[in-house]
Amino acid sequence: MEHATTLDHTEDVYEPSLTPDSLGKLGMWVFLVGDTMSFGALLAAYAALRAGAGIVGWVPPDEILGINLTAAMTFLLICSSVTMVKALESIQNGNVSRMCLFLGLTIAGGIIFLGLQAYEWTHLIKHGLTLTGIPEHGLKSATISGSTLFGPTFYAITGFHGMHVTGGVIYLIVILIHGLRGRYTAEFNHEVEIVGLYWHFVDLIWIMVFTFIYLL
Amino acid sequence: MAQDGHTEHPKYMNIFWWLLGLTVAEVLVVIPDLPIAIKAILLIGMACSKAALVAIYFMHLKFERKTLAAIVITPFLICVFLVIMLMPDLTLDTRLDGIEKPAEVVDTSAH
Repeated sequence: MEHATTLDHTEDVYEPSLTPDSLGKLGMWVFLVGDTMSFGALLAAYAALRAGAGIVGWVPPDEILGINLTAAMTFLLICSSVTMVKALESIQNGNVSRMCLFLGLTIAGGIIFLGLQAYEWTHLIKHGLTLTGIPEHGLKSATISGSTLFGPTFYAITGFHGMHVTGGVIYLIVILIHGLRGRYTAEFNHEVEIVGLYWHFVDLIWIMVFTFIYLL
Repeated sequence: MAQDGHTEHPKYMNIFWWLLGLTVAEVLVVIPDLPIAIKAILLIGMACSKAALVAIYFMHLKFERKTLAAIVITPFLICVFLVIMLMPDLTLDTRLDGIEKPAEVVDTSAH
């Protein structure tokens, strides 16, 4: 008993003990850690296949992918991250209507992002970038050649990210509905913080995907 | 899990301007015809800086307990380890060496 008391005392000195609120946050962090490794493995596989294309070569991504549109998509996700932190800040100050407004803007950002991605995919598929082939003509050169693995790796990585955005939008809508029903207050708002963690992670991953797939 | 239950809000708009500036810089780096190694170093450096800004300020990692930071850093270290282990496959020269060797063996046996 005496030993247990000593341990509790030691814990108090270094870090506050876990509470039901913080357990939810820890759970989300652990999920995000696993997700980071999934995306890490996908990007590493992309790099290995690109380097291993050998004599066939890898199609320069800027010959096929439009950077301007995806730069706009990156800007959009960064903006939605800002509206997300503003939503959390609002509810921590007890302003429910402002939180709902910012959550709505975050959801709008996510939906527009998905719309732009759908537009991009449709455009690329029409021009011949499929799971088994690459377009015959590039944006800058008259003809292009390279490994047909570009298509599947591109769609796997951007599709996996798009699924995360879709899940995030649904998650945010659920939190918004709870918010409109008056569930959150200045004291009870950890669920908003947890959905924020997920949303910022989606933004963080896009920053990496944008660099490795589109720019490099 | 903020250290003392009080969350100090950083100036989010400052972080936003940094993220926007770095994104513009990334797009500008792609335009000139720079050597791929320099381009890769610049782009990966800027992407990691942006990711760190999002994690530290937007995800409030700066204000969290240190144990959580250790949990979060772990997968990034594992990813770095993964890249190091893949390095022989990521180096084009090594792969070409491997392709050329059997051809030399065939030439020797022909004499």
